[in-house]
Amino acid sequence: MNLEALASCLSSSACAVTQISTALIIGMLLFMVASGLSLIFGVLGIINFAHGAFYMAGAYIAFFTYQATSSFLLAFLAGALGAGLIGVIFERFIISKVYGKDILMQLLVCYAIILIFDDLVKIIAGPEYKMMGMPDVFALPPLEFAGGFVPAYYVFMIVASLSIGALLWLAIEKTRIGKIIRALAINPQMVGALGINTTLLYAAVFGVGSMLAGIAGSLAAPTRTLTPGMGLSILIESFIVTVIGGMGSIVGALIAALLIGFTRAFGAIGFPLFVDGIMFGMMAVVLIIKPSGLLGREIAR
Amino acid sequence: MMKAGFLRDLFFAAVVLIVLIVVPFIFTKPSLRDFLIYVMAYGLLAMSLNLLVGLTGLVSFGHAAFFVSGAYMFGLLMQSGRVSIPVAILITVCGTAVLAMVIGAICVRLKEIYFSFITLAFQMFIHSIILTWVSLTGGDQGLRGGIPRPPFFGIDLSSGASLYIFSACIFVACILIMRQVWQSPFGYTLRLIRDNPNRANYLGVDIVRMKLGVFILAGAMASVAGVLLSLFVSGAYPEFGFWTTSGEAIFMIMLGGSQLFVGPIIGAILLRLLEHFVSIYTEYHGLVLGVVILAIVLGLRQGIADYVVDFLQRRREAKAAPAKEAAFVKKRIA
Repeated sequence: MNLEALASCLSSSACAVTQISTALIIGMLLFMVASGLSLIFGVLGIINFAHGAFYMAGAYIAFFTYQATSSFLLAFLAGALGAGLIGVIFERFIISKVYGKDILMQLLVCYAIILIFDDLVKIIAGPEYKMMGMPDVFALPPLEFAGGFVPAYYVFMIVASLSIGALLWLAIEKTRIGKIIRALAINPQMVGALGINTTLLYAAVFGVGSMLAGIAGSLAAPTRTLTPGMGLSILIESFIVTVIGGMGSIVGALIAALLIGFTRAFGAIGFPLFVDGIMFGMMAVVLIIKPSGLLGREIAR
Repeated sequence: MMKAGFLRDLFFAAVVLIVLIVVPFIFTKPSLRDFLIYVMAYGLLAMSLNLLVGLTGLVSFGHAAFFVSGAYMFGLLMQSGRVSIPVAILITVCGTAVLAMVIGAICVRLKEIYFSFITLAFQMFIHSIILTWVSLTGGDQGLRGGIPRPPFFGIDLSSGASLYIFSACIFVACILIMRQVWQSPFGYTLRLIRDNPNRANYLGVDIVRMKLGVFILAGAMASVAGVLLSLFVSGAYPEFGFWTTSGEAIFMIMLGGSQLFVGPIIGAILLRLLEHFVSIYTEYHGLVLGVVILAIVLGLRQGIADYVVDFLQRRREAKAAPAKEAAFVKKRIA
């Protein structure tokens, strides 16, 4: 417990700006992963336990592409598309076989995928920690906000995540295909009866959800160390985010992700040992008071 | 009826106990005894999890939380040097039961996959507490320095053989308790909740309370499994509470079948054997295990034991049908 450090940080604008930017990037990464998780759950009705594996896949694909081409744009695209493609393959050949089955089977399939991915990463990339390093494009002087300095890459990350989130929201709420997807979530038989290829749509939704995880992975790659098993911790946190925000709600995911981001960033100064406890405490309080989450519409199934 | 069943269970328990105790003295390889203690600890974990999965239909993915809390509580109590082994076990079981009550009170309100995820989240929370509270738990190094085993009631557990016999007795006692729950009215109420929660509700069953009850019981039993393992390895490690341990327990249930009472123990034996042979050939046993799981789930679409039961039943039916036909044909020819 070191609340004086927290107070002094909050009173100096330089420290406050640094911590706020940290909070925002933690929040944005969580938002990307959690919105994918939430989208897949909202439409397909399954919680993808293997979602962290796609985040890890995105990060590693971005890492290797960057090593090969030293272009961050290519690395970002490869990470996002690669994870999306893996997601589609996973949906088509594996998880679609256990739709409507016992959740024990769904859980085991995801467990198997996590085990396989972690070991594949160990075989391909080696068990040691990997650092991608800051891409040359972002080797700019840090931007100054109210006396505090924020690296240019952080600004890019925040802007990129917010715009992708906004695009996703627009696509689901305002377009025709979004309307079909919302219908699919409620009554798949009816959508199928109207002559729409639901199998294709399920695969596409799963692909987009995995792509969001891949985007988070490739955005995180320059700022975080890559390890086999890196997917699980972000999976747990993004699950907390979706529970607090409400399953299936993108805006809820954003709010909850920022809440967790700020708790983590400022908790690291003031009460580092209690950060995890506070996160779980918040989740427990939400579950007891409003089980459907802050912005969730339906009751937790 | 109930009494006769109990006597039969008691008889079986005695037979199992005698076999368990005699076998390592006939085949005196130390690796066999180690194997059996591992199977007992993990088998007990899987059995206790099956009270939730198979009996109540609650697929917990965080059951190792109670396994690890059992191991650490017991280890810390023994290292403090103030209590004897039976008292430490008693405190550990009660302490874990309280922990299970707190976690369960939040978790059992949720259904299906939500329940799985939130139990996983609580397990990772406990795992992270163990990793960060270095001064108490030793962090990622685990609880080291060995767990002392002072003699009690004239029983000295310092030799491997007496420790083994003690573990076997505790194991069989726990199995016997779980068997009574499995067959009790409480157990049948849980089956009703699993198969038809609405009906259970109409009949006036307090579903949340029943689920919480079995959650606490399963947690307490898992803590005994943790005690056995920590006694055996003379330490406690954060890996006991990692999510892969819960995953393994679920896999054991699937291998051995969730509807068979002793299924999870069969699963524990199969998984231990599988891991043993895989680790001879490759260090990437996660990869092999994952592929095996996928092959079973996608190939058989159900657990191995459940598949075998169904297969035998189909074959019996298939056999019965041609026999009838043959008899009919014979008659026609005659």
